[in-house]
Amino acid sequence: MQAQVSESPWRFDHYFVPLVIVLGLLAALFEAAWSHDPRMVAQAWIFGACMAITGAWYLWMYVGRTPKDESQPYADDVVRAGVIASMFWGIAGMLVGVIIALQLSFPHLFYLPDQAWTNFGRLRPLHTSAVIFAFGGNVLIATSFYVVQRTCRARLWGGSLSWLVFWGYNAFIVLAGTGYLLGISQSREYAEPEWYADIWLTIVWVCYLLVFMGTLWKRREPHIYVANWFYLAFIITIAILHIVNNLAVPVSLLETQSYSLFSGVQDALTQWWYGHNAVAFYLTVPFLAIMYYFIPKRAERPVYSYRLSILHFWSLTFIYIWAGPHHLLYTALPDWAQTLGMTFSIILWMPSWGGMINGMMTLSGAWDKLRTDPVLRMMVVSVAFYGMATFEGPVMSIKAVNALSHYTNWTVGHVHSGALGWVAYISFGAIYCLVPWLWKKKLYSNAMVEWHFWLSALGIVLYITSMWVAGIMQGLMWRAYNDFGFLEYAFVEVVEAMHPYYIIRALGGLLFLAGTLLMAFNLWKTIRSGSPAAAPAPAPVPAVEAA
Amino acid sequence: MSKKEIDDVTGTQTTGHEWDGIKELDTPMPKWWLGLFYLCIVWAIGYWVLYPAWPGITGYTRGLLNHSLRDEVTANVTALKQARAGQEAALGKASLAEIQRNPDLLQFAMAQGRMLFGDNCVPCHGAGGQGAPGYPNLNDDVWLWGGTLADIQHTITVGVRADHANTRQSQMPAFGRDGIIKEQQVDDLAAYVLHLSGRDANPRAVDRAKVLFTENCAACHGPGGKGSREMGAPDLTDNETLYGSSLAAVRDQIWNGHNGVMPSWSGRLTPEEIKALAVYVHNLGGGD
Repeated sequence: MQAQVSESPWRFDHYFVPLVIVLGLLAALFEAAWSHDPRMVAQAWIFGACMAITGAWYLWMYVGRTPKDESQPYADDVVRAGVIASMFWGIAGMLVGVIIALQLSFPHLFYLPDQAWTNFGRLRPLHTSAVIFAFGGNVLIATSFYVVQRTCRARLWGGSLSWLVFWGYNAFIVLAGTGYLLGISQSREYAEPEWYADIWLTIVWVCYLLVFMGTLWKRREPHIYVANWFYLAFIITIAILHIVNNLAVPVSLLETQSYSLFSGVQDALTQWWYGHNAVAFYLTVPFLAIMYYFIPKRAERPVYSYRLSILHFWSLTFIYIWAGPHHLLYTALPDWAQTLGMTFSIILWMPSWGGMINGMMTLSGAWDKLRTDPVLRMMVVSVAFYGMATFEGPVMSIKAVNALSHYTNWTVGHVHSGALGWVAYISFGAIYCLVPWLWKKKLYSNAMVEWHFWLSALGIVLYITSMWVAGIMQGLMWRAYNDFGFLEYAFVEVVEAMHPYYIIRALGGLLFLAGTLLMAFNLWKTIRSGSPAAAPAPAPVPAVEAA
Repeated sequence: MSKKEIDDVTGTQTTGHEWDGIKELDTPMPKWWLGLFYLCIVWAIGYWVLYPAWPGITGYTRGLLNHSLRDEVTANVTALKQARAGQEAALGKASLAEIQRNPDLLQFAMAQGRMLFGDNCVPCHGAGGQGAPGYPNLNDDVWLWGGTLADIQHTITVGVRADHANTRQSQMPAFGRDGIIKEQQVDDLAAYVLHLSGRDANPRAVDRAKVLFTENCAACHGPGGKGSREMGAPDLTDNETLYGSSLAAVRDQIWNGHNGVMPSWSGRLTPEEIKALAVYVHNLGGGD
């Protein structure tokens, strides 16, 4: 292996990766030199700094030497970097979440009119992007790189290209996040970054696709494991969604502002086709991939049903793509589109539960481990939350229910039962598995994982229940009429009624953040001072030899 | 190569594949799961038959029920308008005094007024009409422009310092900021205004300010400081203030001359709605 690396004189990544970094740097310098838009100049310097750091790192790693990692059977350094970035962004994103929850509870607490960047309107997309794309995205990149190598018995394709994916993606995160704080947004939910950041993400994402497909291509297993179907569906579909929803014309190449190619109801539908499939193909499909690798691995049990995995994979990917219009019920969207959005959401119920069944039932014969292994328990509870949220979703898409729930805090609660209960929990479980495996250390403290589990579980319960009560009450108050057909409550009275529930929600978020901080401390202690693992994760055994 | 085996715990056969130690069972799909999946599909097809569902080249399938959300909204709005038509007509014809006397009309006007107040007035005047610094309290009997039904109706219609041709208009000069009087004189006047309400104030400053008050303030606020509702000049003797009653707040108002704005609602609300709103505000507790 080692010999192979040093013998091959020409590698495309040794030219391609530096080329992309240099082009990124030149683009940044071009904007910084010529733009008259101070915000664009600020963005250019920030992006330029990201590229400079990436370039310096590349020089240090690859010029005149071959990194030690390249002589290993698997590229794990980039996975380690992804795990660290996940924890960093997770804490940052959840902290901003707690801050904006407090802003909603006590509007005067962080009211700094002179500091526009502290405004709720700017911090809210910072929170959503930080937890979804920064935390979730790094978890997905790290776990997909780990899983695809193990289940293909092949090193990541493309050499240092996987590092470009890591650095480039995180540069996108920094560019997007600082953009929000500067007041740059194209006002599309979960797609707020402007055209230049979108172009950069497209480049990075195509590299990601190449690394993943390349690794699949050179696999040494006859079949592609189910987790990889899900990862691949995620990477391909997100590319399509991202490109179509962000089709826009910039005012000029030197300005941050752009105008969407779509207008009116077509624009709204494109956005929610994207928005709902961000939930589907970003927050569901690849996290199912995590479930399909880490639960059987941790429980040391076979996956429950191969047939179920096939049917629920294809039905999920086929049906999810239709569900977007349920975000636009009772709007100017044509009746027929509303019907399709609603009915496909209902059909989606069982395909979603197929994943839950496969995750849960993999525990058959290993249920006793839930008592002793808080990491496995966290992942199983996450699958339970997945089941709950994917039942609640179809219910909320029914027109009659949606008439009550839409625009209320119920939606916020629904999102967070998925985001905290499912996405974050399965991610935490995977990271708790990965850190001891990657650093070959024993986890520092199991008791801390127990504390993390219970603190965050209590946080989730407080969050979801307070938002259910608040949301349903809000919906009922908005639609309350008196005998003469006049509204019973003014908007501001409804806002007033939300106050106690907003405080409970903030408390729930705070507990969840506390659990994450505990986790970070535990992992840090594991890496720094943990004892070497007694038995490292079993080395991949070729199927031929096993037989 | 691949080897199918029987899993001891479940007694189910594996598929024979293995990845990094992970095997898969060949368990058949749960019957209840398949059943519910089919049921959802059948339900959806039924819904498509009944409601608008599939787009074509020139239109879309209308469904057997020929349902339309737009028609539904139009029907609901029409029904509501019809239900209210009688009372709305009566409200339009009745004078403010008649509304106040007629319990049925009053109830209708109050219900409508409460809704209008919530949607339009609450951001400045507060959910209960309690006001805030710079925004008058509507519950008490202190009125800048009069508190009779007709006064309130007029104020809502034309606004205060608004863009309406006949808007209520008054101007408190910025005596200090614009250099009309000296800083020391502003201090003295502030003490004098406190004294007018019977509050403790530096007696020498009050003495010095007597002439100043007559020369600068009495034209609008009256020689005794009792104010004038015709001119929108507040009463300075009742210890009720719009911008705060501390010495510093009073001094600030003399120095800067804050002049708040209330929009004219004549273009935004119908005359009937303004009527209902006037009755509601009058009945908040402070109407004359």
